[in-house]
Amino acid sequence: MHNKAKGWGDPLVLAPVLMIVALTGPLIAGLAGVLLPAFGFFPTLGGKHFTLSFLHEVTHKPGFWYSVQLSIWIGVATTFLSLVIVISFFAAQWGSPTFQRLSRFISPLMSVPHAAAAFGFAFLIAPSGWIVRLFSPWATGFNHPPDWLVINDPAGNALLIGLVLKEIPFIFLVALSASSQINVDERLKVARSLGYGRVWSWFIAVFPTLYKQLRLPIYAVIAFSSSVVDVALILGPNFPAMLPVQLLRWMNDPELEMRFVAAAGAVWQLGATLLALISWRIGEALVGYIGRRLTISGERQKNDHWFRALATLMMAIVIVTFVLSMIILAVWSCAGFWRFPNALPSGFTFSRWLENAGSVWTPVVNAMSIAITSTMICVALTLACLENEFRRDIQFTPAALRILYLPLIVPQIAFLFGISVFLVRYGLDGSFWPVTLAHTIFVLPYVFLSLAAPFRNFDLRYLQVASSLGVSQNKVLFSVRLPMLLKPILLAIALGIAISIAQYLPTLLIGAGRLPTITTEAVALAAGGDRRLIGIYALVQTLLPAIGFIAASLVPRAAFPDRKFFR
Amino acid sequence: MLKTLAKNLSAIGLLTSAILAGAAHAQDVEPADWSSVVEAAKGQEVYFNAWGGAPNINAYIAWVGERVEAEYGLKLVHVKLDDTANAVNRVVTEKAAGRNEGGSVDLIWINGENFASMKRQSLLIDQNWSEQLPNYQYADIAGKPTLTYDFTVPVDGQESPWGMAQLTFYYDSAWLETPPTSLEDLALWVEKNPGRFTYAAPPNFIGTTFLKQVLYGTIADQSLLRAPVVEADFDEVTAPLWAYLDRLKPNLWRSGEVYAADTTQLKNLLADGEIGIAMTFNPGEASSAINAQELPDTVRSFVLDYGSMGNSHFVTIPYNANAKEGAMVVANFLLSAEAQARKADENVWGDPSVLDINALPAEGKAMFDALQRGPATLAADEFGATLLEPDATWAVKLEEEWANRYVRSN
Repeated sequence: MHNKAKGWGDPLVLAPVLMIVALTGPLIAGLAGVLLPAFGFFPTLGGKHFTLSFLHEVTHKPGFWYSVQLSIWIGVATTFLSLVIVISFFAAQWGSPTFQRLSRFISPLMSVPHAAAAFGFAFLIAPSGWIVRLFSPWATGFNHPPDWLVINDPAGNALLIGLVLKEIPFIFLVALSASSQINVDERLKVARSLGYGRVWSWFIAVFPTLYKQLRLPIYAVIAFSSSVVDVALILGPNFPAMLPVQLLRWMNDPELEMRFVAAAGAVWQLGATLLALISWRIGEALVGYIGRRLTISGERQKNDHWFRALATLMMAIVIVTFVLSMIILAVWSCAGFWRFPNALPSGFTFSRWLENAGSVWTPVVNAMSIAITSTMICVALTLACLENEFRRDIQFTPAALRILYLPLIVPQIAFLFGISVFLVRYGLDGSFWPVTLAHTIFVLPYVFLSLAAPFRNFDLRYLQVASSLGVSQNKVLFSVRLPMLLKPILLAIALGIAISIAQYLPTLLIGAGRLPTITTEAVALAAGGDRRLIGIYALVQTLLPAIGFIAASLVPRAAFPDRKFFR
Repeated sequence: MLKTLAKNLSAIGLLTSAILAGAAHAQDVEPADWSSVVEAAKGQEVYFNAWGGAPNINAYIAWVGERVEAEYGLKLVHVKLDDTANAVNRVVTEKAAGRNEGGSVDLIWINGENFASMKRQSLLIDQNWSEQLPNYQYADIAGKPTLTYDFTVPVDGQESPWGMAQLTFYYDSAWLETPPTSLEDLALWVEKNPGRFTYAAPPNFIGTTFLKQVLYGTIADQSLLRAPVVEADFDEVTAPLWAYLDRLKPNLWRSGEVYAADTTQLKNLLADGEIGIAMTFNPGEASSAINAQELPDTVRSFVLDYGSMGNSHFVTIPYNANAKEGAMVVANFLLSAEAQARKADENVWGDPSVLDINALPAEGKAMFDALQRGPATLAADEFGATLLEPDATWAVKLEEEWANRYVRSN
């Protein structure tokens, strides 16, 4: 047996405290920084009295209620569509070779930043986009792009589909990892032996248990989609835009009073996201009720070929669309003159890459320094927490898990705005550390969730052998456990870097434009900017995290070429 | 990478000491004593807040950065904005928060509307600095009245001229033979070619400018525009403007459900053949885009027959700028014949100069003489009359009313 450290002398006990402070501190400060001005009180900006007038005033902005509706709708609809496509595919193909084949595409797609995916998707489906070009004029007769309202449509359909594309890989991976914890195969075997069809077996025997594990990530997707800014700027409606985009505009208004209006709007955003979550919760109950009725009806639902074909087709379409979106970014990045309806540019040139190498460099260096620093902080904190938990034999409670998800469920724009107000007050905005620490809030949950399982599932016998040789706990940790966990640690680092690089709002609001990263620069080009340049920025933005993941899979083998463990 | 990290770490230290040093910065800058300004500027970091939506302009600003670094040893950082109002917002917030020193904005590329707003709120350096810049002597004050009155607001040396703008339309002559040059012809063309015309949504500057252009062409008494908006009369005097826009709307691109974001998107739409007529504030833009292979070489420009909106754009320095000296050195460099000629070069940007070219020393004049006018750029005598910017209050009110009318509410 290994000794458990006792008492408070061990600095490791600080780790969980630090973690909770890091996750909730900025959140509380940020919400205070939004709530106070929303109610008119913020002496720094000249608001000395509490009033409800701003909460009221903001609702009179043109298109306000439409923006609110849009936020709620996008939050719920994105999540619903993504979840339906993923679980249908799981039900249809679990365990089959098709499942293996298609899921190989999913992890790389997960690492593509939202903005890059949105740009590629826009280049694909716009009336002047690649799909129409490929079919014009021979099939469509178009010599000019059709006047179709596809991108930025007022109903937000392009935004909805763009978000679905990007959320599917996330839900897929979460579902995959949850599936490994609930004996899917045995459950299916029992259900099928009772004569249930393949798909229906999965829905009645696997889904209810699986969904419990998916619930928090799903809530994070709802919250994210209902308050997304970068994708909404690229694909979303403009007149009016989704509420979070409107908020950003008000925050940037030169009239000081608009700061209060924006804060009031942020409170409405919290309400909109909350309403989206509540509607989902009601939907859950409804689906649960109908599901139970269907289950006890005893129907075996054996004829599920059409369902399996449809579900597989949907997933295939998603993957093909996503991959084509990435290819079109690359094509535009080195396109010469490209007149509609030619399927390809009249020439390819790398001159844009060379011309812009200089201006891409600084944002890349900024993005990487922020990403590496914040990820390292998160990895260190996570490992300290997990080791503390192990030495003290503490169980991680569901409440603690909820804290972990807190920064992912409270809309970013609502509390980051509050933080930035404080930072401006003390002249701290626009510098490296505040931005990096803001990133840490959003990187930490992902790093923790990806490291926790491999750390806890570590084969304790290795540690017992090491301890029996009489070395200290720290030595066991650093010489045995961590080296053997090199692969998951590197993967967590790559994931952390990917999450950090994709962050738009924290960089924008806390960085005050002084720390441009590849993501803020790419999104700044949004609204119909130069497509060749967008291609370059979005591609670079995609490649950075990809390099991280490739390194994470190659380094362990290179570092320990003679260890079978890392093969 | 490590170097950057180290640099950022040391920046924290610097920041702290800068805050502690605080008041040391407080004394005024005296541009009349130019050599001391240049001396103080050495080593400063100048955060230039400028619209970042056009790659060629960004490249030009990057070139300015290289030149001032080589010549004056200062570092120019382009903070790319999607709307100039964002920079004004920062200064407003900093002032409210009591950050009267060491502000985060050093130099702003500004237009009349925001200049008026900053001046009114005392957010600018309270002295006549721009007229004392050494290169200001060549600015064409006599020939370009918009250099001294920006949207009717007196400049008073609180901003330094950078370039000239004139609302110019362009079209692909391979598609459209004779462009419509009156408002009536434009409306008829739009009716005959549904979905092939749009403008940028205000408050984007080109969108707001289009509203003013139409307002000039439809308002009964143009002299009203020289004075601030009279609230009581606004609806009545602007009624023909809204009637005209309402008439266009059903046949606009995407049926007026969405509008373009800015001049760059208008250019892309024209390049794709989505729209037949685009507009810009930079008369050299179309030729510049032909050179960059973004537009076909059959593109040509035109202006409306009753004159077109023209103004000047400037750079200004907020009252709490951290690097005032550096910002002045940059403003002065932007006024130099070298920088102005490069800016006017259609292979670079194509933005017209604010200088009186004939007054320049021979060397400077030669730089301009070497420039060639592209096929899509109008000759000086084809531009017609310049319509002066209305009082700044008009822009605010027009943008507000446009949003009320064309942003959907349910």
